[in-house]
Amino acid sequence: MYTLGIDVGSASSKVVILEDGEKVVASSVFQVGTGSSGPERALKEAFEKSGLGYEDMAKIVATGYGRYSFAKADKQISEISCHAKGIFHLIPTARTIIDIGGQDAKAIRLDSRGMVNQFFMNDKCAAGTGRFLEVMARVLEIDIKEMAEYDARATEVVNVSSTCTVFAESEVISHLSNNIPKENIIAGIHASVASKACGLAYRTGLEDDIVMGGGVAQNAGVVRAISRELRRPVIVAPHPQITGALGAALFAYDEAKKH
Amino acid sequence: MSETEGMNAKQKLGYYTQKFYDDACAAHDKGEFVCWSSSIAPSEVFTTMGIHIVYPENHAAAVGAKHGALEILELAERKGYTMDNCSYSRINLAYMELLVEEKKTGKTPEALAKLDELKIPRIPLPDIIVLCNNICEVLLKWYENIAVSLNVPIVIIDVPFVHHPGKIPQRSIDYVEAQFKRSIKQVEDLCGRPFDYDKFIKVQEQTQRSIAAWDKAMGMASVVPSPLNGFDIFNFMALIVCARSEYAAEDTFTTLANELEEKAAAGIDAFKGGEKTRIAWEGIAVWPYLSHTYKALKALGMNMVGSTYPSAWSIHYEPGDLKAMSAGYIGCYYNTSLDNRVDVVSSVMENTKCTGILYHNNRSCKNMAVMNVEMEEMISKRTNTPFASFDGDQTDPRNFSEAQYDTRIEALSETMEQNIAAKQNA
Repeated sequence: MYTLGIDVGSASSKVVILEDGEKVVASSVFQVGTGSSGPERALKEAFEKSGLGYEDMAKIVATGYGRYSFAKADKQISEISCHAKGIFHLIPTARTIIDIGGQDAKAIRLDSRGMVNQFFMNDKCAAGTGRFLEVMARVLEIDIKEMAEYDARATEVVNVSSTCTVFAESEVISHLSNNIPKENIIAGIHASVASKACGLAYRTGLEDDIVMGGGVAQNAGVVRAISRELRRPVIVAPHPQITGALGAALFAYDEAKKH
Repeated sequence: MSETEGMNAKQKLGYYTQKFYDDACAAHDKGEFVCWSSSIAPSEVFTTMGIHIVYPENHAAAVGAKHGALEILELAERKGYTMDNCSYSRINLAYMELLVEEKKTGKTPEALAKLDELKIPRIPLPDIIVLCNNICEVLLKWYENIAVSLNVPIVIIDVPFVHHPGKIPQRSIDYVEAQFKRSIKQVEDLCGRPFDYDKFIKVQEQTQRSIAAWDKAMGMASVVPSPLNGFDIFNFMALIVCARSEYAAEDTFTTLANELEEKAAAGIDAFKGGEKTRIAWEGIAVWPYLSHTYKALKALGMNMVGSTYPSAWSIHYEPGDLKAMSAGYIGCYYNTSLDNRVDVVSSVMENTKCTGILYHNNRSCKNMAVMNVEMEEMISKRTNTPFASFDGDQTDPRNFSEAQYDTRIEALSETMEQNIAAKQNA
């Protein structure tokens, strides 16, 4: 039995096709989100990779910011529940989830059954989210995917504001004009994101294992900064950007089994 | 009293709300006086002297609910009022300027005409104003600005903070009682006649009857499933705020209580069988987004049955006992400690059988919103329920995001339903 999960975020569209609630037969990610061609392209690619079509899907669940714009979904479930479901499926020892997406960050506390106990999200503010990193990458004139490598060569963590993306941008420009090496500035940017994420994570009580999901978890520099701030090991879920879509596909499987 | 015969509660609410605005607007032509008052102030004193009371907070809420807030807020900001000020205060101060301009020039300013088109009720300029800072301190400067701008007497009831309504120091009671007595002198000066102490007792008695009817109606929220939906609380509370010392409140809430009792007996609930979970809503409504915030909860079967608004206006005292009346206004929910608020909210949640709670982080009200962060954890532990919070504002439409609200309430709904399912399977 095949089920499909689609996570239509603010910055990217993710699709997972799951077989019998266990095996990921195909997944795809397109770096454009809700309101764009991203969802359709992600679906097309996932169908091509798997050799399947809509007619093969027993149930479809949509999540993410754009979940209601996807007409073919049988159900919409919040990204909080989907990320929790996806990550717990991959890592059943997960009890604290830190998920940093394109424009929001969340910390989720799970119990031993993988049920969401409580969740905490960022205020109306882009600081500490993927958007923050995008803005900084642009100012630094580097590809966002290179940030982790730069960070690994840093000799110092320069101070960068964690309160406001726009303030931080000015600070970074100022550091650049003072010839501070990009590596050290990036380490500061990562520490800034970590500070916001950890602010949410502390409220969960931080029970092990602490697992990261969401697109920003692909940035090893941010993961290191979070682990350093928390003074705890942090596990990155495999394919962290698709954990929401995986959770949605798992929920779709639960729905399919009911009928 | 006969004019509302045959009306249901909703019709009475509409009738009386309109009547109070109409009567207030006609007051000056009849040689009567108008007072602008903060929301939990001693209406008893003013009603006794036949002074029409208008409530700027309530009026601002109407401006917000009827989608007239944005332009008025921008007017206030152009005048120099910071966006960090409470949006009720910004709306009222700008509205006041528009009324003054209209009076001076004889022509209706465009912004005011637009509000008239939106059917936002007019309020007349006041002859006297009263503030009671049991709900907030912004009122002091807000009303001071009104008093200076309009050159009208201001009645200030300065209410000392208390940790707990059951433990009010005698000196605080004596202090507030003295200010009530002074306010009586101030209305005597305005009206040019002695205060009618016999009528005062009658007005206090009416106030207690209104409050009893309010308590009864609001108490129906503890029925499972509830015939009362919390957004009904937001709508009907206008009368407990604006007509507490009038028969209108008693009449409407008695009818409402009867209707709710009939519905409960017949097993009819507010969502017609659709109630899945019950939440408390901590904070005021998001007036410009009343429809969206309500519909989104309803679609998820989340009935908002828990609120601290019912108890905030449940000011009980023995008529004739001015000290008891003073204590009643001092012990108001917003004037108490974090620990008391946690107690009150937890009790509300227990009584109304809530499975979760939603916090409105209202940018306009630091008093309410700042407390939320601590309250969340303490109440969650005490009641063993999940919570969610969202950013919003009572009347400034710029401070709310539908998508953020939707995501948070959905996640809360999923968590609550999963908890219920787990309990049933255990």
